[in-house]
Amino acid sequence: MCGIVGLFLKDPKLEPDLGAMLASMLCVMTDRGPDSAGFAVYGDGAPGHVKLSLRAAEGYDFQGLANSLSLSSGGAPKVAVRSTHAIIEVPVAHEAEVRAALAAHPDVAVVGAGARMEIFKEIGLPRDVAGRFGLEGMRGTHGIGHTRMATESAVTTAGAHPFSTGADQCLVHNGSLSNHNDLRRALRREGIAFATDNDSEVAAGYLTWRMREGASLGAALEAGLKDLDGFFTFVVGTESGFGVLRDPIACKPAVMAETDRYVAFGSEYRALVDLPGIAQAKVFEPEPATVYFWDRAQ
Amino acid sequence: MTADITFDLAAAPLRELNAALHQATGESNARRWRVLNPNGRHAVAAGVNAPLTIEVDGHVGYYCAGMNQQARVIVHGNAGVGVAENMMSGFVHVKGDASQAAGATAHGGLLRIDGNASARCGISMKGVDIIVQGSVGHMSAFMGQAGALIVFGDAGEALGDSLYEAKLFVRGTVKSLGADCVEKQMRDKHKALIAQKLEAAGLSGGIDISEFKRYGSARKLYNFHIDNADAY
Repeated sequence: MCGIVGLFLKDPKLEPDLGAMLASMLCVMTDRGPDSAGFAVYGDGAPGHVKLSLRAAEGYDFQGLANSLSLSSGGAPKVAVRSTHAIIEVPVAHEAEVRAALAAHPDVAVVGAGARMEIFKEIGLPRDVAGRFGLEGMRGTHGIGHTRMATESAVTTAGAHPFSTGADQCLVHNGSLSNHNDLRRALRREGIAFATDNDSEVAAGYLTWRMREGASLGAALEAGLKDLDGFFTFVVGTESGFGVLRDPIACKPAVMAETDRYVAFGSEYRALVDLPGIAQAKVFEPEPATVYFWDRAQ
Repeated sequence: MTADITFDLAAAPLRELNAALHQATGESNARRWRVLNPNGRHAVAAGVNAPLTIEVDGHVGYYCAGMNQQARVIVHGNAGVGVAENMMSGFVHVKGDASQAAGATAHGGLLRIDGNASARCGISMKGVDIIVQGSVGHMSAFMGQAGALIVFGDAGEALGDSLYEAKLFVRGTVKSLGADCVEKQMRDKHKALIAQKLEAAGLSGGIDISEFKRYGSARKLYNFHIDNADAY
């Protein structure tokens, strides 16, 4: 199974409530995915800076890590610790330097990076995961989330969604891919790294590779219709919005709601019922094999 | 409709509603039910077997009115996967859109959908009549055995794949026909059949029945034949 939610705000007045709305949607999807949960929130960003989402074991000394990453200019980077994750903000010019320094810390994983994107994921019930990271208090323009019922690989934090596909981009997946082993081998030859045996990570790696080769996100998703064999509903977060793609058979459910104030995605309508003005929303099912995008830039 | 019984799902659990509906015989005066705040819950009014009228105010989740017998279930909203699946008799009316597999395996009764129905509408239908005022998605009436599917709009890919004897009528375009499904001549008796079904659904008048095209089984896949091996 698995549950997916996504929320894209049109009305800036809702931005302080993004996390609370997303948390409510995520928790309703618990019975579709009680094994692990995760989310990406697109919040504030500082000009000229990149946020790295880091994950480590419980109790890890992220502040100590940040202090050890003394930059060639400006001292230690800003760090915000939330349970097993931390967001460190570094000047874009120093990103490569910081990543190189982090490579010497194999107990710390970089789960995402971008100007505004922050990724958090952990095993456990969605309510507990949302709670430990304080999702309810987060503000932002849009976010996506996932509740996992593991089928293709082990229940681990690394196997939880979202998976990063590039700067400010991430993916959540409901379904299962049957050609992920072949595809992983092919992508490894292209230099894409994988941390797990998870099929969804392969989908994320595939999109990363396509975009590295010059495809737009939309074109990469279109190409996925041909190259990914299996069932999928994807929701993809980008710096300026989110996209939705379902496989041509439309095996996995998807419901969308749109009002003047937001666009929302849920694996089931139940996930959307607490959103403001939902009774008046346009509620519809996205078509199979069709790429949808909602973009703030447009 | 003035309801005899109003049941608010925001205040009481769904199991209580369905248990009460299963107890109802329709022989008392409590025949008209109104359900508030369904909020996408699954299996609303599933398994009813009594001549009740049940109006649901809002969107429902999966399998609403599944296995229905006798009852009239009216959904003032959208329905999730498998609305009226395995219906035996009665009338289910969705005022909005229906998700996948609407009317799946249903043996009888009438399913009316005012909006669109997505993929696999009427999959393995066994005698139900389904009227969709919008369009239907891919693989609709897959392995349909009996009954009629009448679509005012368009049909997606592979309409009527591996069809048995369900009768399919589409007014708009058909993206593609499935294996062993062919267009057939529309005779007077078929026009009369459509007219009769539309009347039963409360949709007679204002619709030019001659605009519909008829699709049915070529009956070449009923029994295994080596020449058809590629089609199985």
